[in-house]
Amino acid sequence: MNRIGVFVCHCGLNIAQTVDVEKLANIISDYPGVVYATNYIYMCSDPGQDMIKEIVKEKKLNGVVVACCSPTMHETTFRNTVASVGLNPYRCEIANIREQCSWVHKDKKIATEKAVEIVKATIEKLKLDKSLIPLSVPITKRALVIGGGIAGIQASLDIADSGYEVVLVERNQSIGGHMLQLSETFPTLDCPQCIATPKMVQVGQHPKIKLLAYSEVEEVSGYVGNFKVKIRRKASFVDWNKCTGCGLCVEKCPVRVPSEFNELLVKRKAIYTLFPQAVPNKPVIDSNNCLYLTKGKCRACEKNCLAKAIDFNQKDTFVEEDVGAIVVATGYDLMDKAEIGEYGAGKYKDVINGLQMERLLCPSGPTEGIPHRPSDGKIPKEIVFIQCVGSRDPEHYYPYCSKVCCMYVVKQAMLYKNVVPDGQAYVFYMDIRCDGKGYEEFLQKGMEENKILYLRGRVSKLFKDGDKIKVWGADTLTGRKIEISADMVVLAMAVVPSKGVKELARKLRITADDYGFLTEAHPKLRPVESLTAGYFLAGAAQGPKDIPDVVAQASGAASKVDSLFSQDVLYHEPIIASVDEEVCVGCGNCVDVCAYDAIELDLRTKKAKVNSAVCEGCGACCAACPSGAMQHNNFSKRQIFEMVDAFVR
Amino acid sequence: MRAEISIKNTKSKFLDKVEELSEQNIYACYQCGKCSAGCPSISEMDISPSEIIRLVQLGGEEEVLNSKTIWVCASCFTCVTRCPKGVDVAKIMEALRQITLRKNVDYVNPLSIPRETLSQVPQIALVSALRKFSG
Ligand SMILES: Cc1cc2nc3c(=O)[nH]c(=O)nc-3n(C[C@H](O)[C@H](O)[C@H](O)COP(=O)(O)OP(=O)(O)OC[C@H]3O[C@@H](n4cnc5c(N)ncnc54)[C@H](O)[C@@H]3O)c2cc1C
Ligand code: SF4
Ligand code: SF4
Repeated sequence: MNRIGVFVCHCGLNIAQTVDVEKLANIISDYPGVVYATNYIYMCSDPGQDMIKEIVKEKKLNGVVVACCSPTMHETTFRNTVASVGLNPYRCEIANIREQCSWVHKDKKIATEKAVEIVKATIEKLKLDKSLIPLSVPITKRALVIGGGIAGIQASLDIADSGYEVVLVERNQSIGGHMLQLSETFPTLDCPQCIATPKMVQVGQHPKIKLLAYSEVEEVSGYVGNFKVKIRRKASFVDWNKCTGCGLCVEKCPVRVPSEFNELLVKRKAIYTLFPQAVPNKPVIDSNNCLYLTKGKCRACEKNCLAKAIDFNQKDTFVEEDVGAIVVATGYDLMDKAEIGEYGAGKYKDVINGLQMERLLCPSGPTEGIPHRPSDGKIPKEIVFIQCVGSRDPEHYYPYCSKVCCMYVVKQAMLYKNVVPDGQAYVFYMDIRCDGKGYEEFLQKGMEENKILYLRGRVSKLFKDGDKIKVWGADTLTGRKIEISADMVVLAMAVVPSKGVKELARKLRITADDYGFLTEAHPKLRPVESLTAGYFLAGAAQGPKDIPDVVAQASGAASKVDSLFSQDVLYHEPIIASVDEEVCVGCGNCVDVCAYDAIELDLRTKKAKVNSAVCEGCGACCAACPSGAMQHNNFSKRQIFEMVDAFVR
Repeated sequence: MRAEISIKNTKSKFLDKVEELSEQNIYACYQCGKCSAGCPSISEMDISPSEIIRLVQLGGEEEVLNSKTIWVCASCFTCVTRCPKGVDVAKIMEALRQITLRKNVDYVNPLSIPRETLSQVPQIALVSALRKFSG
């Protein structure tokens, strides 16, 4: 026996303006199964909810339909409302008459008719809804953080300081990320090494943090609260337990190859550490360039290592870690300047990218903070900076704004003028976006005090002219074409996600956008969570951002992990797929379509099995199942048919 | 026309002189155009006030000094009261006039101006033309 109550909300005028709510409630009160129907201005308000509770009790309702806004807004609200008076929350359904009706129609008569249909269909669904109980799963209170840039460092420290263990996986031999390459940091011009290294040391020393450097995530299985992670520990050919970090091996190595940390501006050895304050501060041998590992002779490092730490037989090893939550903080890279033909396609030595300029301006960098240009080592007297290279160019490269360039270009031009006071810095820009706290003031200081000349326009072409780089640009403020003979050109290349992030996202089963930036669950309201439960996002991996934003986001992600870990069991939505084993023919279609790896085919019984803790309830398998064995709880085929029937009847 | 910019014009004596005489930081200008938008004499100008500042930044000495604008400017101070960066545009105009005057070239002989046109000559231009006679 159905005893259904229908509660029609006005949503102020949002619904009531276009749908005749009075009439809707009247018509529905005569519908089979409905024992009560009413309307009210704001159902979600306290008096609205109290009314629902009273009527559930008074009329002994066994099902409730609230005709209101989208279920993504208030489904939880009303389910909790009915649960508080003893009704199973899954016996409460939302009929969306706002987004799907009042907001998209103008004609009140038609909109009201449609609202009636929507509510009727929802009642038909409700009639077949089962009372469900959420699943409870235990939770491993240990987190994995992938990427040891400032984002990963901050997230790890915050989680560990809350008392939970952290496994931090970094693919380089040291944590630090790009921040450690920077010269000074806007807008306060403090030295990034000075402010980041204390945090790095804390990571290295924290009793709750297990730092796995020179490692990568190989495989992840499981689900929120219960992930199993397989991690590859890459062979470094140095026994880090024995190594004292004396550096003798590095000194003796005869090989010289371009240093990635110094953005290829200078050379490093085949056995190397990233920078003096590295954590951990242990060398690795680059097997692609080591003479012994490629040609079978040399071993200079081994001969000179007093600690006998060099081990050419080392192989990659694997470790498995159980964790309950995963923070992805894999950061960014810069687009390759070789992709831009009109700016020399990467062929001109004195056309460099932003990170190269950071190294040249860094007091601990290869030129000790005074830029010498790569081609002949001269100190450039005229430098041209070009903003938005590859960014804001939907036609050829990326449509988005890289967000950090406006600010680092001011910074670099400023630092340049500080060390080369008689030099001139020109900046070609389209718009200047200095929107952070103290940022606009920083820009104005650069213009007023350092006399950086801003030219509004994009550069159309760079070409070599003797030992100069000719720059052809425009100044749209005066409508003039501009030609500058520069000694060096700095390209503010587009910020792109770090290499390999798309493959990683696939392994983790989280989504990334077209460019590879990881997608947050909601751009405004859930900015640090992934759509896949148990995954959290921090730093530039989610989109270009500067250090203040990165740190804020990392702390946000960490606090989300903390609140997850503050529970002892996790409750999982019971609106998921379930299989009728009697009907299943074992075709495996469902296994193939499941994006979450939630279904297994039992090899012995040849029947599909849903792991209910992993299933996200997307419904793909139910649609793919040819036999009808796979059904969605409270979205059964029968229910869908009844709903369609209600519409077409 | 492709204008060549180099350290020679961006760090020119001209720019220094304008800054010295006007006591204004030429690089402080936002190029927002508020001065030009409110200038009551703009219809008589060939180059707008904000563009004059831009040309000084770019080292466009000749163009600026040959413009009518600096002589049409009535020093009414509308721009000065409205500029968000506190750039005293009127002082910059005066500096530009000074630079021209100090070259001590006879551009106009006030005595040769016919009486009928005298009432139409911009006052600033007239005063400037006479100024060099006052020592
Ligand atoms: C030229 C330039 C100048 C800048 N100057 C400033 C400035 O002055 N002030 C400021 O606030 N911001 C500045 N920024 C921005 C700043 O660099 C970033 O905000 C910040 O470094 C991002 O930190 P992150 O941890 O998110 O990423 P990253 O620093 O990129 O760190 C990511 C880390 O993850 C590791 N990793 C990547 N993939 C994997 C994987 N699959 N497995 C394991 N580990 C992985 C990487 O090795 C790296 O260590 C500048 C940026 C540029 C390009
Ligand atoms: S063996 Fe390899 S790493 Fe060691 S010194 Fe020789 S080249 Fe360098
Ligand atoms: S109003 Fe001031 S800031 Fe704006 S263009 Fe004129 S001088 Fe420059």
